[in-house]
Amino acid sequence: MIAVVDYGAGNLGSVVNALEHLGVPHVVTDDPATILGAAGVIFPGVGATADSMRNLRERGLVGVLRAVAEGGRPLFGVCVGQQVLFDTSYEGDPHPCLGILGGEVRRFPDTDDLIVPHMGWNGVTLRRPHPLFAGIPDGTEFYFVHSYYCAPDDEAIVLGETDYGAPFAAAIARGNVMATQFHPEKSGRWGLQLYRNFAHLVADRLTLPEAAVATGRSA
Amino acid sequence: MLTRRIIPCLDVTGGRVVKGTQFLDLRDAGDPVELAAYYDAEGADELTFYDITASSDDRAIMIETVRRVAKQVFIPLTVGGGVRKVDDIYGLLRAGADKVSVNTAAIANPALITEGATRFGSQCIVLSIDAAATPGGGWEVRTHGGRRGTGIDAVEWARRGVALGAGEIVLNSIDADGTREGYELGLTAAVSRVVRVPVVASGGAGSLAHLGDALEAGAHAVLAASIFHFRQHTVREAKGFLAARGFPMRAVAPVASLDAAATEVARVGD
Repeated sequence: MIAVVDYGAGNLGSVVNALEHLGVPHVVTDDPATILGAAGVIFPGVGATADSMRNLRERGLVGVLRAVAEGGRPLFGVCVGQQVLFDTSYEGDPHPCLGILGGEVRRFPDTDDLIVPHMGWNGVTLRRPHPLFAGIPDGTEFYFVHSYYCAPDDEAIVLGETDYGAPFAAAIARGNVMATQFHPEKSGRWGLQLYRNFAHLVADRLTLPEAAVATGRSA
Repeated sequence: MLTRRIIPCLDVTGGRVVKGTQFLDLRDAGDPVELAAYYDAEGADELTFYDITASSDDRAIMIETVRRVAKQVFIPLTVGGGVRKVDDIYGLLRAGADKVSVNTAAIANPALITEGATRFGSQCIVLSIDAAATPGGGWEVRTHGGRRGTGIDAVEWARRGVALGAGEIVLNSIDADGTREGYELGLTAAVSRVVRVPVVASGGAGSLAHLGDALEAGAHAVLAASIFHFRQHTVREAKGFLAARGFPMRAVAPVASLDAAATEVARVGD
């Protein structure tokens, strides 16, 4: 069972629609025990990082998400769900986020030829193969809506990048922690494929010996 | 590179798509879900549903329609028509709309734009403007299907709408609408120059070349109804044409691979 974290994120309904459409077993929950006991966790997000962090704190989920990341169960963040995984966000007053991944969340520069928010379909170039993108052609366009982007300390965690003014991290993966800045639930068939891949990744992991998975940072 | 968007627009009343669509291979050409799925498969980048009656009874039906479409079709959905209050916006977003467009009500009450943007984010508030050319040059904002003038300059209203919080502007030319003689390029260009949000050209598309002309004039996206509904062209053809003309367009999966994907997804759902 995959837990979809319910903390007031605006795209929760769309994520659930996609999982239902694919027939992926899931539960929408803000219960720490359920999230900690799930085989995999989807962490959606729309809105501001500060609001998201406040909502997570109010529900006592900050430690829960860190524990999921450390425990080795597949964790998948979407949009603001990717941003909040990092150390610090510069959206509004600079503030700490979950700190699961090292790096910052920065605003796109306001230049004459760059419209912010970055909204629409843009191509994602993969830096390495990954089961999350299994069967998805390199360079496939996904749907983005955001004004801030993630700048990881460790470039090696960037799984796919997208060019908007400059290349930024459109998808990241470090061991069991995965995330996309784009919205797979709004990205047509390839977006659905990505959720399907995540579901397979969760299911495959269940058949692996626990020790092999816990150390599997190369996943 | 960020691609330009093609947005088929579907008029809805009583939970049905109306105003003539010609889809002989669909079981029910009036079913919003079936039409949305068709356009998704054809490579549409986004869909707009326009509630053309927007009576209070219809409002509930529209919300149910949006909910049904959002459960089956996974591309961005914009919904407009008769949106008067922030609660209307909330109801549509909750049902699964990604963006809501406001038009007449925002003219009388510009705070609607700001309230919507503050509560839900600028990215989901679209300001839709109906405009007609004036004898002295320029364009005037109109209401009631173009019959009523407002005395407001359309370019200035677009600029102000963005300042109030609108994240996108849809420009409907009253003069060009239904003529199939092309979008109002002067208006598209004038607004594109003064706002820093995406501009969507609407009204007047009669050929693929017209779509390209609007993009050249500065539009980020083109909205079209009849050229697609009547199968004069498919979205797939439009994308090929515009890509050949040098515009970045999202790749459309070949039909065969779509069939394979549909089978595969169906299997996962079993």
